[in-house]
Amino acid sequence: MTKLYVPLDSVAAALGADGVADALKKADSTFEIVRTGSRGMAWLEPLVEVETARGRVGYGPVTPGDVESLMAAGFASSSAIMGASADSGQHPLCVGLVDDIPYFKNQDRQIFARCGITDPLCFEDYRNQGGMEGLGKAIRLGGVEICAEVMASGLRGRGGAAFPAGIKWNTVAGAEADQKYIVCNADEGDSGTFADRMIMEGDPFLLIEGMVIAGLGVGATKGFIYLRSEYPVARRILTQAIARAYERALLGPDVLGPDGLSSGKAFDLELFMGAGAYICGEETSLLESLEGKRGQVRAKPPLPALEGLHGKPTLVHNVISLCAVPAILQKGGAWYKDLGMGRSTGTMPFQLAGNIKYGGLFEAPFGISLDDLVNIYGGGTRTGRPVRAVQVGGPLGAYLPPNLFETPMDYEAFQNIGAGIGHGGIVVFDDTVDLAAQAKYAFDFCAEESCGKCTPCRIGAVRGSEVIANIIAGENQAENTVLVKDLCEVMEDGSLCAMGGMTPVPVMSALEHFPEDFKTAEGK
Amino acid sequence: MTEAVETLIAPFLEKDGGLLRALHALQASEGYIDAAHIPVVAGAFNLSKAEVKGVISFYADFRRAPAGRYHVKICQAESCQAVGSRRLTEKALTALGIKLGDTTVSGAVTVDAVYCLGLCAAGPAAMIDGTLRARLDADGFAAEIQALAEEGA
Repeated sequence: MTKLYVPLDSVAAALGADGVADALKKADSTFEIVRTGSRGMAWLEPLVEVETARGRVGYGPVTPGDVESLMAAGFASSSAIMGASADSGQHPLCVGLVDDIPYFKNQDRQIFARCGITDPLCFEDYRNQGGMEGLGKAIRLGGVEICAEVMASGLRGRGGAAFPAGIKWNTVAGAEADQKYIVCNADEGDSGTFADRMIMEGDPFLLIEGMVIAGLGVGATKGFIYLRSEYPVARRILTQAIARAYERALLGPDVLGPDGLSSGKAFDLELFMGAGAYICGEETSLLESLEGKRGQVRAKPPLPALEGLHGKPTLVHNVISLCAVPAILQKGGAWYKDLGMGRSTGTMPFQLAGNIKYGGLFEAPFGISLDDLVNIYGGGTRTGRPVRAVQVGGPLGAYLPPNLFETPMDYEAFQNIGAGIGHGGIVVFDDTVDLAAQAKYAFDFCAEESCGKCTPCRIGAVRGSEVIANIIAGENQAENTVLVKDLCEVMEDGSLCAMGGMTPVPVMSALEHFPEDFKTAEGK
Repeated sequence: MTEAVETLIAPFLEKDGGLLRALHALQASEGYIDAAHIPVVAGAFNLSKAEVKGVISFYADFRRAPAGRYHVKICQAESCQAVGSRRLTEKALTALGIKLGDTTVSGAVTVDAVYCLGLCAAGPAAMIDGTLRARLDADGFAAEIQALAEEGA
């Protein structure tokens, strides 16, 4: 039987993949169509893959209207499948063997190893392709050694703060309590980021396995995935994956009991939906929200690791942090530590977004340069105009000019240029961008999404937006620029959390690297 | 009415974050959260009405009035800005003669801002009644939602 792969991923779906799958089925009812996650090459979506003797041959971007010509070209004919005709005919959408596309081939896919390849809801696929090995080893090792492996890996939180995971795990493990929690922060609100979404849609059992290992590691028996409501596909896939995980005893009163590997440990997992608040990506705000309240930030200390959900010790981690855990257990913390550079260990799924020719997900060890990502693999802008700025790390990340593109993707190297890697999103802008408008937007976004608890953030964002508007209007530009810098200092020093504390980052970096956008003779 | 609301939210009373789950259920059932239900919800969760209102007003998803027959959300975040979302949004709103966050007079279309749909490598992006859309063309999209406005009027 001819096997075709069509992604169910949000990007593919938004570009018509469901219609393509229907049209293919209609064209030949004997096609076996497997819905997968995405390979992460957005410019090729919807990417249809045909299983052949030589490997999977891709066609993209395919619309339902292309199906007729694909059929006419014999893209899934028996000779194409036997690999007889080179690249299976001369259809213009053919991209050849998908594994050989340089963008894909040059990655080091550890976390996304299965994403786009397997059926995300097929547990057997997951197990046959390396899944569950980390958990098996974790059960044999036990809590103390699980935490030791995570510590040895040097893994740092992928949500943005880059805090050493091992320290957090040990803190939760060492806390005495009748109940502990694992909370997965899947409130991926940063513009330019979609790695969490992709892995949840494309390999949800990986996240579940990571959370179960975390539970065994720190002694927690209950977990929550806090998912943003803007991700309907991830919601559907996770809901089904959790149900299947219970059926296979990956979750439940005795994790892997029926497999004879009996952990003797319980782990329950629930999906919890957010309701459209960016601030709930901040961990204490997320916990408030998970308790059914307004997502207002809590003062720290106490740390969530000691007093988190319902005041109990809680391990809060980003999706990608938890997804890194199964491989760390399977291959060892020392293996993981050897990937990457310096104190930035392991791989990072970088996300190339905005005005970029070859946008998508690019997983690589830390240390790769911005230039490689943006210009070599990303191919520069989609509009074909020169790249003028990139914003790295979401709405609270710095705007950087091309003369800083040699900077390696490394937490410390980015800190040294007044920037951060955040969740690994890179948004590209061409030379039509107005950095004064972007700086104003940074304040406007903060005003829109501030939880309102602390004054520097709540009031500062509004005042900041007003002052930049005055600068744009050409009013007292020199004095108003001093005022903005002063305000940024107050927000940075005086805010409770990163929302107010880091809104100055995009503003100050825009002022520093693109001062000409704030100084026009006649105003703007 | 009170009884229907009580039945709808009953499964969430003892759950973690029950209030948010209950509000999601109400919103899914009626399309918005009717002010008349607030005392019922507050009573069921043993909270003050102010606490319930505070939660409703905090989250962008919870509407206090019904949306139009078609609910359009256009991404306003940086990635989409980089590929023309400001122009896309302006064109769409001009075609409908409304502002962001408003509903057309006929009640056909509501256009809201959304901050990121995770389609950042294929912007500009939007969502129409829960269906994701990417790589949008400003003119085509404006014409499409104008057609929705006429059809739904």
